[in-house]
Amino acid sequence: MRRVLLDTVYAVQEWLETFGASQIFLMRVLAGCPRALLRPGLIVRQVYASGVLSLAIIGISGLFVGMVLALQGYNSLERFGATESLGVVAALALVRELGPVVTALLFAGRAGTALASEIGLMRATDQLSGMEMMAVDPVTRVVVPRFIGGIISMPLLAAIFSAMGILGAWLVGVVLLGVDEGSFWSSMREQVDYKDDVLSGVLKSFVFGIAASLLAVFEGYNSIPTAEGVSRATTRTVVLTALSVLILNFMLTAVLIGEV
Amino acid sequence: MRQTRAVEFGTGLFVFMGIVALFFLTTRVTNFDSYEGEKGYTLMARFDNVGSLKERSPVSMSGVTIGRVTSVEFDGEELEAVVHMRINSQYDMIPDDSDASILTQGILGGQYVGLEPGGSPEYFADSDEIQFTQSALVLEQLISKYLFSQAEDSEE
Repeated sequence: MRRVLLDTVYAVQEWLETFGASQIFLMRVLAGCPRALLRPGLIVRQVYASGVLSLAIIGISGLFVGMVLALQGYNSLERFGATESLGVVAALALVRELGPVVTALLFAGRAGTALASEIGLMRATDQLSGMEMMAVDPVTRVVVPRFIGGIISMPLLAAIFSAMGILGAWLVGVVLLGVDEGSFWSSMREQVDYKDDVLSGVLKSFVFGIAASLLAVFEGYNSIPTAEGVSRATTRTVVLTALSVLILNFMLTAVLIGEV
Repeated sequence: MRQTRAVEFGTGLFVFMGIVALFFLTTRVTNFDSYEGEKGYTLMARFDNVGSLKERSPVSMSGVTIGRVTSVEFDGEELEAVVHMRINSQYDMIPDDSDASILTQGILGGQYVGLEPGGSPEYFADSDEIQFTQSALVLEQLISKYLFSQAEDSEE
């Protein structure tokens, strides 16, 4: 009994320590931002690494998520004879929820793991200490460009995901299942709001971008410098990002809708 | 050098695609252009009951949306609902004895304000009040009216 209690206390203590360390790390990263902005070439390269290289998985996933939404939506809406609302259902689900959340999860899997293992390997092969020896701050040189690149990429990827999803829903709904094209688009334009739906989705994806990028660079930077340590850092990145994105999503949605 | 240019090209293309996607989402998917038509004039109307009328519900005339509801408030002194609505400035020739009623779109649809034109030679101007209004129909009241009339009939 006493053991279990002690273990819990230690676990909570460790969790709080990690949480605090990540906040201090965030401060260091933010302090390094102005200096890193002076070298946009590094950031462009990271936008390429985390954004452009994730484009294929995001686009294809978005297309298929939209297609499934249209199939499921059509099936359920048909019972009410309301298939012309298919566009609204698909667009609202994608823009408000699925776009930001699924993109963040895929981003953690595609770009977050790459960031964490890259920085972790630099740590393991003493490249980061080498930089320190040459009086180059590894945070500004290595971490900050990756962090900013991730933040720039995430909202753009989420927008591409939602747009591809709506195209997928159009493809299945209008082309395959024969929903009226005019009512598909016009009911969507009638019901989807620019501020409440699209901008709140963009805001969400921006926040998720910060969380996912910070967790990836933090785990990579603080990984244990062994092969096992790097692999653990990569795993932790995906697990922690998925958890924090889903929790943040609930909190953000509650605040944005404001009805809880 | 060549690789750097490929990276720059890819990044440029990616950011461009992201912006195009955002543009698509705002213009094709939402009612973004109704925000551009902020130019317009405000009308006010008092209702006994607004049903489920909300902000941004459409205001329509002959079935065409000509404006949107900007606010739904409760007047604590008159004990009535006060609805403010913004009419697009291109529709500035609405007779000032037109009447407003709260109607429902379809069976599950939301509610909207329907304007029925009157015959007055004068037109509505900014911040005028619509005098003739008709409340939303509440299903329970309709049913109870029907039941009471049935009961009266059977007593006779």
